[in-house]
Amino acid sequence: MTLLFDLALVAWLIALAGHIAMTREDRNAIVAFIAFGLLLGLAWVRLSALDVALTEVAIGGGVTGVLLLSAEAHLRKPLAQDSAQDRPHDGRRRLGNVGTIAAALASAAVTAGLALAVLALPTPAPTLAPVAAAALDTTGLGNPVTAVLLAYRALDTLLEKVVLLLALVGVWSLAPDRTWGGAPSLAPAVAPEPLVYLARVLPPIGVVIAVYMFWVGADAPGGTFQAGTVLAAMWLIVMLAGLRQPPDTAHRVLRLLLVGGPALFLAVGFLGFFIADGFLSYPEPIAKPLILGIEAALTLSIAATLAMLVAGPAQKAPEP
Amino acid sequence: MADVFTAAALAILAATAFGLFRVLRSRIAVERMMAVQLLGTGGVAALLLLGAASGVAATSDAALLLMLFAAFSCAAFTRGEEDTPDEDPQPTKEKT
Amino acid sequence: MTILAHVFTLLAVTAGALLFLAGTIGLLRFPDTLSRLHALSKADNLGLALIVLGLLPQAASLTDGLKLILIWLLAQLSAATASQLIAGSLNRRKSGP
Repeated sequence: MTLLFDLALVAWLIALAGHIAMTREDRNAIVAFIAFGLLLGLAWVRLSALDVALTEVAIGGGVTGVLLLSAEAHLRKPLAQDSAQDRPHDGRRRLGNVGTIAAALASAAVTAGLALAVLALPTPAPTLAPVAAAALDTTGLGNPVTAVLLAYRALDTLLEKVVLLLALVGVWSLAPDRTWGGAPSLAPAVAPEPLVYLARVLPPIGVVIAVYMFWVGADAPGGTFQAGTVLAAMWLIVMLAGLRQPPDTAHRVLRLLLVGGPALFLAVGFLGFFIADGFLSYPEPIAKPLILGIEAALTLSIAATLAMLVAGPAQKAPEP
Repeated sequence: MADVFTAAALAILAATAFGLFRVLRSRIAVERMMAVQLLGTGGVAALLLLGAASGVAATSDAALLLMLFAAFSCAAFTRGEEDTPDEDPQPTKEKT
Repeated sequence: MTILAHVFTLLAVTAGALLFLAGTIGLLRFPDTLSRLHALSKADNLGLALIVLGLLPQAASLTDGLKLILIWLLAQLSAATASQLIAGSLNRRKSGP
């Protein structure tokens, strides 16, 4: 029965992916893409990768969707003006076709390469899982995924967070000079009433879920990234409904929040030279408190970064 | 019992799939907003059943997050949707 | 007692799955957007409710059961808001230009 379920799930995923690729209208494709992200979460659950499932649902089904919808709304305005003049539209479409074919070929090549790589693996695939499980006690954690993210491969996680910040710098630098340091604008002129209601009721529930995700992440699937994404979504829904305006991008508290997590991570990393074996290594007795502290700061940083990424570049002049 | 749960999850998955394609191929733009709501409830039901079938308690955490983000995405749709009808340059046009 | 619980679970889960099917049939067959929305939100939420109800006796602990109920409540909130948003959007479009 589980085999039948898995086959149906795979067939559905492929059909949905085909639909996304074939849909001509951007908005339609984005809606289908969000649905795809939620469905992919189901597939990761079937693969017993619950940590990945949680992240996929939160990022693929949640935040990426809003990001794409905002981008589409921005793109549509200039496109509408273009079609009124009717000139550059044709060229764009011809280029679009070439681009589509090139993208399709590149994607097919990547898929074929991945399939070859997977098929070429020796039958008991090489794994570090037993070693990782054996060393779990020294970190004080119960969830091997969190141990990999914050202890064994902490450097990767640190750099990931820095990349996230760089992405935000990239988005912010799109703002023209006169609005630099000002606030992005998110809410429509009139927010629909049900949305305002949802923005009042959902965030308290969401914050509790985020804290739960963060806390449970030490010993069970969950952790900083999922918790941070939930917090970001809750902040975004409040801003989308216009209950609170987005802060100035030059606001000092916001900047501190953004940098706090990675900075603390880096500081503890360097501290490792003096109190442990080297960069990013923790002394065993206080490994768990240290990891939890880093995770708490990272959760807030991730929440702020993701929310500001979706909010986009500054559109209002900064308040003096 | 596990097989019954998986069978029910399969039935719900199939029902949701048909509904989703009906909604996504709809000519009425507003109807497509139903897609995420549909997948939210259907996916959560399937996840809960799968969790009960496999005995992995953390599966319900995934269901919790799925529901939360389905609600969030639905709210986010209104954003672009509000812009769609009035693409004219006059921003002062209010609804009657 | 456990047999009774199992029978209850079986009945409730089956009824829930049937309601999901009914919701989809409504979605495929109903003539206009508002009735399709009606079919989707009612049938799916009742379906989810029945499945949560059916799984409650199987929950390992009290907190697991509470989490199931919380998920259902969240679904109620989400479905109600989404339906209102969709219907409102439809209304504005009809009355608009």
